[in-house]
Parts: sequence; C-alpha cells; structure tokens
Amino acid sequence: MSDTVSGLLTIAVLVAALAAAHVPLGSWMARVFTDARHWRVERLVYRLCRIDPASEQRWSTYAVAVLGFSVVGIVLLVALIALQGVLPLARGASMNLDTALNTAVSFVTNTNWQSYVGESGASPLVQTLGLTVQNFVSPAVGLAVAVALVRGLARSSGAQIGNFWVDLVRGTVRVLLPLAVAGAVVLLLGGVIQNLTSPTSVTTLSGGSQVVQGGLVASQEAIKELGTNGGGYFNANSAHPFENPTAVTNLIEIFLLLVIPFSLPRTYGILVGDRRQGWTVLAFMATLWGLMVAAVTWAEVSAASGPLGGLEGKELRFGVWPSALFAASTTGTSTGAVNSMHESFSPLGGGGVLFSMLLGEVSPGGVGSGLYGALLLAVLTVFIAGLMVGRTPELLGKQVGRREITLTALALLVMPALVLVFTGIGMVAPLVSSQMSASGPHGLTEVMYAYASAANNNGSAFAGFSADSPYTNLTLALCMFLGRFVPIVLVLALAGSLVAQRRRPVNAGTLPTHTPTFAGLFVGVAVVVTGLTFFPALALGPLAEALS
Amino acid sequence: MTPSVIPSRMTDPSSTPPGDTRSAGPDSAAAERDPVPSRHSNGRSTAALSLRSLGRQLVATFPEAVRKLDPRHVWRSPVVFVVWVGSLLTTVVAVVDPSWFAWSVTVWLWATVLFANMAEAVAEGRGKAQAATLRATRTTTTASRRSADGSTETVAASDLTIGDLVVVRPGEVIPGDGDVVEGMATVDESAITGESAPVIRESGGDRSAVTGGTTVLSDGITVRITTRPGETFIDRMISLVEGAARQKTPNEVALTILLTTLTIIFVLAVMAIQPLAIYSGQEQSVVVLVALLVCLIPTTIGALLSAIGIAGMDRLVQHNVLAMSGRAVEAAGDVSTLLLDKTGTITFGNRRATELLAAPGLGDAEVTEAAYLSSLADETPEGRSIVELAAAGLSEGTRTRADEARSDGATFVEFTAQTRMSGVDLPDGTAVRKGASDAVCRWVSEHGGDVPRGVLTIVDAIATAGGTPLVVASARPGEQPRVLGVVHLKDVVKPGMKERFAQLRAMGIRTVMITGDNPLTARSIAAEAGVDDFLAEATPEDKMALIRKEQEGGRLVAMTGDGTNDAPALAQSDVGVAMNTGTSAAKEAANMVDLDSDPTKLIDIVSIGKQLLITRGALTTFSIANDIAKYFAIIPAMFVVLFPGLDALNVMGLSTPKSAMLSAVIFNALIIVALIPLSLRGVRYRPAGSTALLRRNLLVYGVGGVIAPFIGIKLIDLVVSHLPGMM
Repeated sequence: MSDTVSGLLTIAVLVAALAAAHVPLGSWMARVFTDARHWRVERLVYRLCRIDPASEQRWSTYAVAVLGFSVVGIVLLVALIALQGVLPLARGASMNLDTALNTAVSFVTNTNWQSYVGESGASPLVQTLGLTVQNFVSPAVGLAVAVALVRGLARSSGAQIGNFWVDLVRGTVRVLLPLAVAGAVVLLLGGVIQNLTSPTSVTTLSGGSQVVQGGLVASQEAIKELGTNGGGYFNANSAHPFENPTAVTNLIEIFLLLVIPFSLPRTYGILVGDRRQGWTVLAFMATLWGLMVAAVTWAEVSAASGPLGGLEGKELRFGVWPSALFAASTTGTSTGAVNSMHESFSPLGGGGVLFSMLLGEVSPGGVGSGLYGALLLAVLTVFIAGLMVGRTPELLGKQVGRREITLTALALLVMPALVLVFTGIGMVAPLVSSQMSASGPHGLTEVMYAYASAANNNGSAFAGFSADSPYTNLTLALCMFLGRFVPIVLVLALAGSLVAQRRRPVNAGTLPTHTPTFAGLFVGVAVVVTGLTFFPALALGPLAEALS
Repeated sequence: MTPSVIPSRMTDPSSTPPGDTRSAGPDSAAAERDPVPSRHSNGRSTAALSLRSLGRQLVATFPEAVRKLDPRHVWRSPVVFVVWVGSLLTTVVAVVDPSWFAWSVTVWLWATVLFANMAEAVAEGRGKAQAATLRATRTTTTASRRSADGSTETVAASDLTIGDLVVVRPGEVIPGDGDVVEGMATVDESAITGESAPVIRESGGDRSAVTGGTTVLSDGITVRITTRPGETFIDRMISLVEGAARQKTPNEVALTILLTTLTIIFVLAVMAIQPLAIYSGQEQSVVVLVALLVCLIPTTIGALLSAIGIAGMDRLVQHNVLAMSGRAVEAAGDVSTLLLDKTGTITFGNRRATELLAAPGLGDAEVTEAAYLSSLADETPEGRSIVELAAAGLSEGTRTRADEARSDGATFVEFTAQTRMSGVDLPDGTAVRKGASDAVCRWVSEHGGDVPRGVLTIVDAIATAGGTPLVVASARPGEQPRVLGVVHLKDVVKPGMKERFAQLRAMGIRTVMITGDNPLTARSIAAEAGVDDFLAEATPEDKMALIRKEQEGGRLVAMTGDGTNDAPALAQSDVGVAMNTGTSAAKEAANMVDLDSDPTKLIDIVSIGKQLLITRGALTTFSIANDIAKYFAIIPAMFVVLFPGLDALNVMGLSTPKSAMLSAVIFNALIIVALIPLSLRGVRYRPAGSTALLRRNLLVYGVGGVIAPFIGIKLIDLVVSHLPGMM
C-alpha cells in the first residue's frame, strides 16, 4: 500500500470513528452538566469539601473559584516538585525553582510544556500525585468554563452560570475518568507499557549501556491525549515506543486527543436547544482542522522528495502521513503531545503547525477551551456580520453590545499580545537567542513557536530550542498563566453579561448563525484575523525559510 | 454652502411631504395614493450629492478639516489618532533625515488624517446648512404677555417663562412652544415642516400644540408657554441637525472598541517586526513601520465612522423626521413589532364606495344612475366617492342627462340623523333615496313597495365583510318605489400596503393594526391589508398592555401617536414617533418627531436605522479585507533585499519596494475619499431576509474588499513608480 493510500485510509478511519463517537459523547456531556441528581461518589466529595452542590454561582464567584482552585493547584505542585527529593519514590532528580514553577503552571494551565526531561525530571510520586491529578482537573476546568459560557447563552435573564465545583467534579468523574480508563485499557492492549518495575539497564548494540525506565505509562498516556494535556511520560513523548508503539496506537492516540473537543459542539447545540448551532461550530472546527491537516501533510509530503525522504525527526514506524496528521491534530487541540519532532518539519510544515496554534486553539481546540475559544470568535463574527444585516448583532438572541464586544475583544487580544511581545523581546534578548539551536529564519520560528505554544497552552515544542533557563522558564510560565486565565476570566464575565440578558426571539431579520454562509464567514474571520496578526512574523520565519 | 445641501424636500419633488392629512384638501388623498416605497428612495434624495458637488464640498471643508487636526478632536477616534501620531513621527524623521520617500509618505499620512476630518466635516456641513436655514427663520421676537388682570404687556420672547400666557394675533410669530388655551387659528408651520399649507390649531383636544417660530395667519390665540426659551423645539432641532449634541450611540461605541482592539493588535504586530527585523539583519526605518501600521489599522472605517453616524441622522432629517437621540435610530433597525393605527396609516381614513350591486333582477345601469343622482349634492367624502365610482360606470349620455336633471331644478334631500338617508327629488317627480338599509327599506315599505329578500342578503354580506351597505331606492311618480341596489362602502386600504407589509415580514417585522373598530370589521381590514395581527376596540390601556407584552417577549416595539393619551405608550415603546401635529405631551414622550405627520414614515425610519448599521458593518468588513492586499504589497517590499525569495509574495508585481509601500499608503488614503459618498448616502438597502442581505453585502464588501486594493495599489504603483526617489 502506498503512503498516500494508507495515509488517506488512516484519516478516513479517524474521521469515521470521530463521527460515530461524537454523537453519544456529546449527548452524554450535555446530560452530565444538566443532570439534577448527584452520583454517590460526587456527594461524598461535596460532603468532604463542604460544597453545597445545589447553590449556583454568579460569574464573579465562579471566576474566583476557578482562579482559587488553579492558584492553589500551582502552589501545591511547586511544593511537591521542589520537595520531591525528600519525599518517597525519589529518583534522585530535582528541579530548579524556576523549572518547578514552569512545570507547575504548565500542568495546571493544561499546557504541559515540559522544560524538564520526562524520564528523570519528575519522580513517580510527582507524576502520580501532581501531574496526573492536574492532567484530569485542568481539562475539567476548561470544560467547566465552556459549559458556564454556554449556560450564559442558553439561559434567559438570570445571574447564575452554574456551580464551578459541581462542574469540575462532574467533568472529572463522569467524563474524563471513565474515558481515561477505557482509553488506558485500549492502549495497554495496543502494547503501551504499564508497570512499576525499577529501571532496567541494558547493553545496546554498540556496546554502551542504557537505562530504560518503566512506569505507569498507559494510564497517563490515555489522559494525556484525552485531556488535551500532552505531557509525556518520556521525553520523546508519543514518539517513544513505550508510549506509542504502533500505527494503531498512534491512530488511537490521535482519536483520543480529538474526541472530546469534537464532541463539545454537539453538547453546545443540545444545551442551547438548537442542534444546528452545534453543527455550525463543528463545521467551523472541522474545516480548520481539515485545512491544517491538508496543509501540513502537503508540506511534508512535498518535502519528502529530499534526500532524507522528509523523514528527519519522524518515526519510521509511522512515516510522513501519520506524523503530519498527529502534528496538525496536536497543535490544533492544545494537546502538545508529539509523535515526531516539529522542529525537523519542512519550513512550511513547521509554519503550518505554528499557524494551527496561532489560530487560538480552536481547530478543534483543547477540552473546553476549544469551545469557548470558538464561541469568542463566533461573537466577533456575529458582531461584524450582524451589522451587515442591519440589526444590533446578536448570538442566539443575546445582544452583542458594548460590554460583550469589549470582553470578547480583550479575550482574543491576550494571546497575540503575549506571542508578539515575548517573541519580539526574545529575538533581541541575548538570554533567549543563546538558547536557539538554529540561526536565521528557523531560529526565529523556534522562539515564536515556544511562546505561541505557551500562550496557547499547547505545550508542544520546536525541540531545538532549549527552554530550561530561568528567563525562558519564567516568561513561558507567565505566558501560560496569562494565556489561560485572562481569557477564562473574560469568558466568564461574558457569560455573566449574556446570562443577564433576555433572550430575543428569532425572526426573519435575525442573522441566522446556523447557515453555511455564516459558517464560511466564521472560518474566514478566524483565518483572516490570525493571518493579519501574524503575517509579518511568519513572513520572517517559516515563509522566508521556505522561499529561500 | 451651496443650495444643493438644503433639505431635499426643497430640491427633490419626489419627496414632497403629504402634509397634514387632517386639514389638507381632497388632493391629499390622491397624493397619498402614490406607492409609498418610492417616495423616499435614498438614491434620489441624495441625488444632489453628485461627484462634482462632493468635490466642491470637500474643498470647502478643507479649513475645517485642518482645524480638526487638533489632537483633542482627533483623540475621539482612536484609529485616526494613531495615524495622527504616526504622521507626526514621520514628519520628524523626514525633517531630520529628508528623502523623497520619507516626505511622500509623510504627506500622504497627513492626507489620510485630513481626509478623515473632511469626511466628518462634509457630513456635519450638511446639517449645519439646515441649521442655518432654521436659524434664519428664528427671528428675535417679542411677545404680548397677558397678566392676571387681562392686560397685555410687550416683553422679549427670551424673557418668557413656563406658564406665561401670551396673546398672538394674525401675522405674528408665536414666541415659544406652548398649548393653545383660547381661540383657534390657522398657523403657517412651514418654518419647521417645509409644508406651506397652513394647519389649524385650537384650544383643547389633540390640536392644541403650537411651536415657537411658526406664524399665525388668521384669528388670534392665547398660548400657555410650556418650554423655557433656548429649549424650544426649534432650538433642539438646530442643535440636533448641527450635531452639537451628538454623542456616540451604543453600537458606535461597541464598534469603536472593536476597532481599537484591532488597532492595538496591529500596533503590537508592527512593533514586534522591528526586533524580528534586527535579528534577521535588516532594521526597518520608522517611516516604513509607520506606513505599514497605518495601512493595517482599520483607517477606512475609523475615518468614516462618525460621518456615517451623522449622515444617518441627517437622512432622517431629510425624511423630515427628528430623532431626539441616535440610540433611537439604532433601535429602529432592531424593531420587530410595528404598531400602526388603522385610520390614516393603513386605510385612507374615510369610507369609500367600492362596489355598486344591483338588486336581484335589475340591471347595473339603473342602480348606477340612481346612486349618481342621489349623491351629486352629497359633499361628504363618502358621497363624493359614490359619484366618482358611479360616473365611471355611466355612459356619456346618461351622465349628461343626469347632470341636466340636476341643473333643471332638482331638489336635494339632505341627510339628517333622523331620516338617515339622503337623496334627490327630480323635476319629473321621481324621488331617489340612498341611506342606511333599515331607513331606506322603511321608506320603500311606507310608500307601498317591496323589499326583495335578495337585497337583504347583499346587505348582510357587506356588513359581515366589515363594510357599510347603503341601499339605493327610487320611486317614479305614480309607481311603487323599488329598491335598485346597494352601494358597498368600505374603509379602503391604501394601495401598496399589502406589499409593504410583506416586505416588513421578510425583514422580520410583525405589523399590528390598532383600531377602534369592532373585531369583525377589524379582522376583515386586517386580512385585506395583510397585517399580521390587529388590536380591535383598542383603548390606550390595551395599547400599553400590548407593548409591554411584546417587550417582555424580547421584541422591540415601534409606534406612532399624536394624542395626549398616546404619550405613555410612546414613552414605553422603543421607537416612539410623534406626529408634529400632535400634542406637546406626545412629542415630549416620543423619541422622534415626524414633521410631516405621516404615520407610514415608521417604515422608512426602520429602513434608515438598518441602513445605518449595514453601512458601518459593510465598511468595517471592507476595511479589514483590504489589509490582505496591503500585506502583499508591503511585507515583500520590506524584506525582499534580505530574503529575495519573498518576492514570490509580490503577486501584484509592484515595481520597487518604495513604490510598493507608497502605493499602499496612497491607496489607503484615497479609499477614504472614494468611500465618502457611500458613507453619506448609506449602503443600498432593500428589504430582504437576513441571509440574503448577508450574502450580498459579504460578496460586495468582503470579497470586493479583498480584490479592490490589489487592483487599486497596482494602478497607483504604475504612476508612483515614475516619481523620483522610488528606486
């Protein structure tokens, strides 16, 4: 079978699996966040944490809860990492404080940027109690925020947008945990390791000796993809044969990282009582994802005519097509797991995965964050398009007035501002330029990629760039923190502003937000806004490299 | 100012206002029969704004535009302010390190700011011209104030206070806004409405309001002053059309926020270029960076935004509507329920004969002739309409014979409340009667005639359909009287209304007819006019309840009104339009006043509100879409020396880097001027569903906005590349 045929078949199988899975999963998530009853285990958690699950919160309370939970998470994680040397299961490894902070912020913000080396940087205790816990709760936070925003659209003239603690617990217990268990079992069957044995020393073919680590890989692998986290157990991430042994597990991992983001539009459609709205968002996400997969695959396949066959940095187990598919999917979902080294991609391929992140992680985006990111862009689209039909713009009967557009515009401003400012500083600051592995346009792309990855909470890297220095650790941590929580607070404020509005009835003069015309404009706005913002920088990086 | 900017009603015969329907003569009905939609087509009302006159206006506003370079003014538009700062920066650079390129860019950047100011000045200029005409009519007046003892003293109009009673005699100008408390007079209100036919103002009732600055023509009235000097209707009108009291409307504020955000993003993007360029090995000059920034930020919409707003208000003024706030104009675009009074808005207001039905067994000729004869002397609108209808059905000979019979000494029987019929006794002794069916039938029976059952069936059918039947009978001398037939009188729906309501429905607007009629009549007229709903036997309370109900459902309501009892509903509705003929209470409560007192104007107002929003959206889209081409012009130009491969992005094949950058800057400035007419006139708006509108505007302004600058910049480059210093 030629590469093209097998590549296309892989994509076809993936799309079919996603199409089949998004229906039950989307409906299930809609039920999870509207269910009036609590599961027994949930009631136990509420009792232990003294939470009243029946009381709902205003947006401000909700936001304080999100921030409080996350900041406490960061503090605890920093402490855990800093003290890992004296705690049980120590491997003798430790991290600098700046690396520890970077790692903590990274995992709490669902970024999973890893400045440390997976095998040795974190002890099994940190991996289990710290990182794995955050692997579950950080996507659950995203899910909660997305659901809160959807409630803002769905409810009419109220003040409450739900209870963060309930949303968090339900997202974890009813969505992520069961799926992660199922995913882990499937990966285990596919050959991913899961053991608690001590490191094995082996003699390599060349006669040297190598220490091979074992670990609870399959369980972490499942949630790594499912929660769009991306932090690998091993440094090589999903390129490591213990994490991702075969083409089948590769496909399963891609499926896992896409399945929740692609199911959320359906949840949205059900929650707002109009499935067609969900279809539009799904079409938007799928179109962008399709475009990026096509672009990256095209770039990599074209580059494959070179002497290395385009395989530099790619696993021979997978080849060009599955690597491109994985790369476009992982950068489009804020996952950041990699099965190939993006740094080694062709200039346009590398630029493509960079662009995929710069879209703002909406193709289809991270768990929850993809949906609220897409809805922010929908508000922006509605504002421009709504004016063109001669009405005060409205989304689902909620007016986009001064307050709404301010919040939306600010939320959309955060990521470009972080990327541009820190890339700009990075290009002239000797602290950063010394970390680059390449010079010229490729070096520029490295730095821009790092900050784009952090500000978008993606976590993947142009690995030539060695980010473990105090300056980069701290600035990247800042980007991850601001890139995650400033939009979250603004999104919740938007939810509060929307929920207070009375829902206006739809009539022939209302701009329909479920038509192909609107979906086309929706995609156009996302691409044009991103393109206009980053074109100069991309021209000096990937484009200059590609065209030279 | 040239005369072409005086309100269009003076230059454009097609927009002649129909006038006060209540006091106007029979011609007004004919005038109103013109299909309403064409009366205020926007293309025509601004036809005066030809290219040449626009050119003249632009030149005329140059000094004003220069005055507006004051940073305190420019600050109001963040986008233009950034251009202003950029221009200052390049000026400094050009002075310190002069070059052809730096000076060319500097000049065109200042031109960009000036063009933005000119757009605003032209829009304001049109309002100022109107204000000047109004001021001219507002001469300093004195008033005869009546004291408590009945004596009058002459005081300056500016000294009047609320509650003063003033006596106004024929030929005098009414010194201030107020209500007539004594007497009745004809008043020339042309100073405000532009309508020369005088209107009647009298104490009590809904026609008691008078406006300061209008002139009493006959008789004398005593007026109680209701507003302070300086706050009168004319004063407010002047400040409104001048735009002195102009505040940014909610939607304008929202759009400004979006444009500011985009500007910030582009400022960041351009600022990030310098370190990237330094790293890449080619530091960029300040002039180039400013040029890029100005091309990227949405200058087109930023420059035209305030002109669009002013022009929108101005378009209303051209339609003789005064909006008290821009907010109301925007709300008009959002209206989803329209409350329209039946009488005068949907129907002509008078019942008209629409059919002559012969009694069973008789021909049409007889009933037609009898109806004609019996109505010849009937001067009521109903009577005249019967004559009109019957005359059309009569042969020349019969009509002449009838007219002769009339002049030969026929005696006419007047309608009285007792007989409830009228008619004529011809010289040959023939008596013809027409009237209410029971009255005529009684007359026939009393004179020994029979009323055929078939006639009663016709009568019932007409009544059920909401019409008024008039039975026609005649008695020849010595013969038994016979019932000849029935005249069908009905409230006639104005032509074109059904189509208009269908258009409104397509726009997503529901129309509700308000009438005092009984539900039966109301239903039949509602069905005929094609309104979506009706409120029969409506009281002011019912109206209010209906508005509240609609608003609770999240719908915006627009209505018109003129009476004092309409005031609460006008205040409650989102867009309340008071008729200028209405009471001061109504005008006070409303957020718009229609000087023509034409209730169908509401439909135009909705269109203007929508057009305002569409124009903003279309130019925003256009502005952003333009950036794509500008990037393709400037980015390769900036870095082609460093990365020759980037020349592949120079898809327009621009001659040199400097020429490419300057061409983009020039295009960016000229497009503002090119779009001034559009922003003043507004984007063409045809009532249609939202998807069709979106698709069209997206195609024209989105796709067009992508393509146009590619062509424009290329053309400019062909010229600019021959300038010195472009290598």
